Amino acid sequence: MNEKEWPLYEVFIRSRSGLSHRHAGSVHAADDQMALDHARDTYTRRMEGVSLWVVRSDLIVASDPADTSAFFAPAEDKIYRHPTFYKIPDGVENL
Amino acid sequence: MYTQGLDQKGKVVQSSDASESADQLDAFQKRVDAEDKIEAKDWMPAAYRRTLLRQISQHAHSEIIGMQPEGNWLTRAPTLKRKAILLAKVQDEAGHGLYLYSAAETLGVSRDQMVADLLSGKAKYSSIFNYPTLTWADIGAIGWLVDGAAIMNQIPLCRCSYGPYARAMVRICKEESFHQRQGFDIMFELSRGNDEQKAMAQDALNRWWWPSLMMFGPNDSDSKHSAQSMAWKIKRFSNDELRQKFVDVTVPQAEFLGLRVPDDDLSINDKTGHYEFGDIDWQEFYDVLAGNGPCNRQRIEKRGQAQVDGAWVRDAARAYADKHATAAAA
Ligand SMILES: [Fe+2]
Ligand SMILES: [Fe+2]
Repeated sequence: MNEKEWPLYEVFIRSRSGLSHRHAGSVHAADDQMALDHARDTYTRRMEGVSLWVVRSDLIVASDPADTSAFFAPAEDKIYRHPTFYKIPDGVENL
Repeated sequence: MYTQGLDQKGKVVQSSDASESADQLDAFQKRVDAEDKIEAKDWMPAAYRRTLLRQISQHAHSEIIGMQPEGNWLTRAPTLKRKAILLAKVQDEAGHGLYLYSAAETLGVSRDQMVADLLSGKAKYSSIFNYPTLTWADIGAIGWLVDGAAIMNQIPLCRCSYGPYARAMVRICKEESFHQRQGFDIMFELSRGNDEQKAMAQDALNRWWWPSLMMFGPNDSDSKHSAQSMAWKIKRFSNDELRQKFVDVTVPQAEFLGLRVPDDDLSINDKTGHYEFGDIDWQEFYDVLAGNGPCNRQRIEKRGQAQVDGAWVRDAARAYADKHATAAAA
């Protein structure tokens, strides 16, 4: 096959109104509109969604799994961000 | 399904590659043992990647080639209702193929490469789809037996250690039970019909029973890299375990239909509660895998022709997209 492959798009589905979009998989398409059509036909044949997002896979910027611990380290020692860090004196309510 | 370990004979996957340290492999195995999911960009042993790529792409090819035997009856389904159902079923199989290609691509091989490997014969697909669909009853037998066997195999794959594959399998499994039920429904109707219809159902069972059992792959004793796949939690049950499960649930269904399973050695063992069944003709299995089943050549030819026939559509869509992209940029 020497023809150029259509670009890859990642597909995100909102399954019900009120929920956030969730990654479902990917499709190949020549352009954005076709990517939406292919995503609909591939991932929502049973009414799995009320909204679709497609985005070119090569436009997604992702964190590097090899750096996970360093990358997320700044949050690690800030336990005071959690309510459970604080002791509530006996007798105090509704806090 | 369709992950029957098609090329297990004679090949042993290397368990480690030169550049991989024992520490890396150890850390990886610990993650797998802890049921942590491995994602596309995570470090993984090269052999794990190869094994998954082979399995997922074979699985995808099987879904796509599997559309052909059933597609054969789309224009000849006996009623409009049956036709609409079969159309939806075959379309689902296309979808399964696409989910799986999408999962395989996360491992770093392009879709085009996978299709090229299928057409060149480098990549395999399930042996079952190289049998012909001679009568309408075969459509019933496929849904009931072939999709039934697929479900057995696929449910444990929903817990596969590789995240993208596991998630694709969840999506697929949700759709499969409709496939099996529509097949059983066809068999049920035929089995309650006139003598000719009953004979058709029996004939279909006779031809599809043994190939369905072969779908689970070689016996455990001949299955070379099963152990590694189990350790990596790509596989959860052995070929023989899954085959036994399938026989145990399917034989009573055949009895309900009033059909005879074509196996003189079939009997239930009262002690174990499991059915014991006759020997599988493994020579037939390996012949079909080697390309000498009744329909191998036809299946690949047809898939290749579809690729050629569709080229102008892909080219036109690309030209249209390019033209609009330049117009928008100007
Ligand atoms: Fe399928
Ligand atoms: Fe299916």
